[in-house]
Amino acid sequence: MAQSMKAPTQQPKQAAKGMPYWVEPLFTIVALGGFVVYAIWETLWHNTGTYHNYVSPFFSPDVAGWFGFHVLTALYVVWVPFLFRFSCYYYRKEYFRGFFFHPAGCAVAEPGSRKLKAYKGERRFPFNLNNLHRYAWYLAVIVLIFLWKDTVQGFIFKNGFGVGLGSILLLINAVLLTAYTFSCHAFRNMIGGRKDCFSCVNGKPSTGYKWWKRVSGWNQFHGNWAWASLFSVWAVDLYIRLLSLGILHDPRIF
Amino acid sequence: MSEDIVLSIYRGDKSGGEEVRYTVPLTPGMVVLDAVHYVQAHEAQDLAVRWNCKAAHCGSCGAEINGRPKLLCKTRLDDYQGQVVHIQPMQTFPIIKDLVSDVSWNYETAKKIPAFQLSQSAPLQMQQFDVDRVQEFHHCIECFLCQDTCHVLRDHDAKDQYFGPRFMVKIAEFEMHPRETGDRVPLLAKQAGLDMCNVTKCCTEVCPQHIRITDNAIIPLKERVADQYWDPLRALFRRKKTTTPTAPDSAPTIRG
Repeated sequence: MAQSMKAPTQQPKQAAKGMPYWVEPLFTIVALGGFVVYAIWETLWHNTGTYHNYVSPFFSPDVAGWFGFHVLTALYVVWVPFLFRFSCYYYRKEYFRGFFFHPAGCAVAEPGSRKLKAYKGERRFPFNLNNLHRYAWYLAVIVLIFLWKDTVQGFIFKNGFGVGLGSILLLINAVLLTAYTFSCHAFRNMIGGRKDCFSCVNGKPSTGYKWWKRVSGWNQFHGNWAWASLFSVWAVDLYIRLLSLGILHDPRIF
Repeated sequence: MSEDIVLSIYRGDKSGGEEVRYTVPLTPGMVVLDAVHYVQAHEAQDLAVRWNCKAAHCGSCGAEINGRPKLLCKTRLDDYQGQVVHIQPMQTFPIIKDLVSDVSWNYETAKKIPAFQLSQSAPLQMQQFDVDRVQEFHHCIECFLCQDTCHVLRDHDAKDQYFGPRFMVKIAEFEMHPRETGDRVPLLAKQAGLDMCNVTKCCTEVCPQHIRITDNAIIPLKERVADQYWDPLRALFRRKKTTTPTAPDSAPTIRG
């Protein structure tokens, strides 16, 4: 029997399956916000991130040392991964949902105050600079090369080759950062994505096509690599910090 | 004895309306459109709903089910057992009546996209791996659920500034075609308003055809805009693809 009821507001109900819409932005606020706060603390309150043969990713490469600076040494490096992640297509989704509520969830009405403000998307500064994501990628690759050097160095102890818990953490971190960097949408474009025809040279799949296809596969998990590498950077740095404070002892496996 | 499920269906038109509750017997495999048809047949013969194929191919029956843009014909009711199922028309477009909204803005927008320009006369010979990419976009059924969920259109009503994800897919389909010569990047950078999109991926999440709209259409197009308008190094070595095609004055380039 038909029964009249009050018209609902546009706020959506919970979907039949899956989590409520606010779980994802809440996770972003806690995880990404927590990392940013930690990174500020690490960058502004410490001038070194080294423990024996382990180097924290916050302090590598040692750009400050190259110029003879001894304070805020991490600051000379962290702007590169910051720019890379800030302009990353995956993180844009996360921070626009989590911090700006543009929108907080799909088909979720934006808060009234924001709705009234003129929305300009990525037209206005600083979001229009996200168009230069590829340049952040170039810089991130340079930093990545140094992180791999640090990873190798993490396996070389005073008495020769060895494996400590820190070595393994550095290796995992380098692998995850590599996966994150090379699954990037901008890299996918530059490796072959900007071509319309992959067979126009000789009728066969070009090298660019093969790489584009491979990167497209990695790209499907770009968000997973983004979070995993963020947590690995966090874990490695925290581990080295706790070692240098004498709170932890690095167990040698080999 | 079959279980009942309660539908709360929006009844009204542009002058206003409210949700009305109907109780429908739940049968195995029933989709929301079946239940709406049951209501039409037994309780409200004047209930307006747009539908056609009932097979998730025509894209006609887009609506919002418990606040989520979905096809009525592809949404099973057993997903909502124990809940009241709220059904509303798409919020981004003006309502006509009950569950039917006026999506004609989309057809007008389609007219602004320059038609397909061939580099050679048909029949075209192409490698399958060259067209795999654009064939994903051919799966679009124009249900406009992506347009409905896009917050640029939905919350900010910026229809004069952004064509919406459906038409980014359309432009990508032309732009990435191996035998198409038009350059729509200037259109994307200006009139189509690609930079209004902040890649929050809701269009991808609601697409019933599982087209990866953001990753495979919008972001690659953003990169092409960056290639042409933002990258100073590429500006040094730029080569024009072809001339910019013009939009036809009449006749939409897609079905209307």
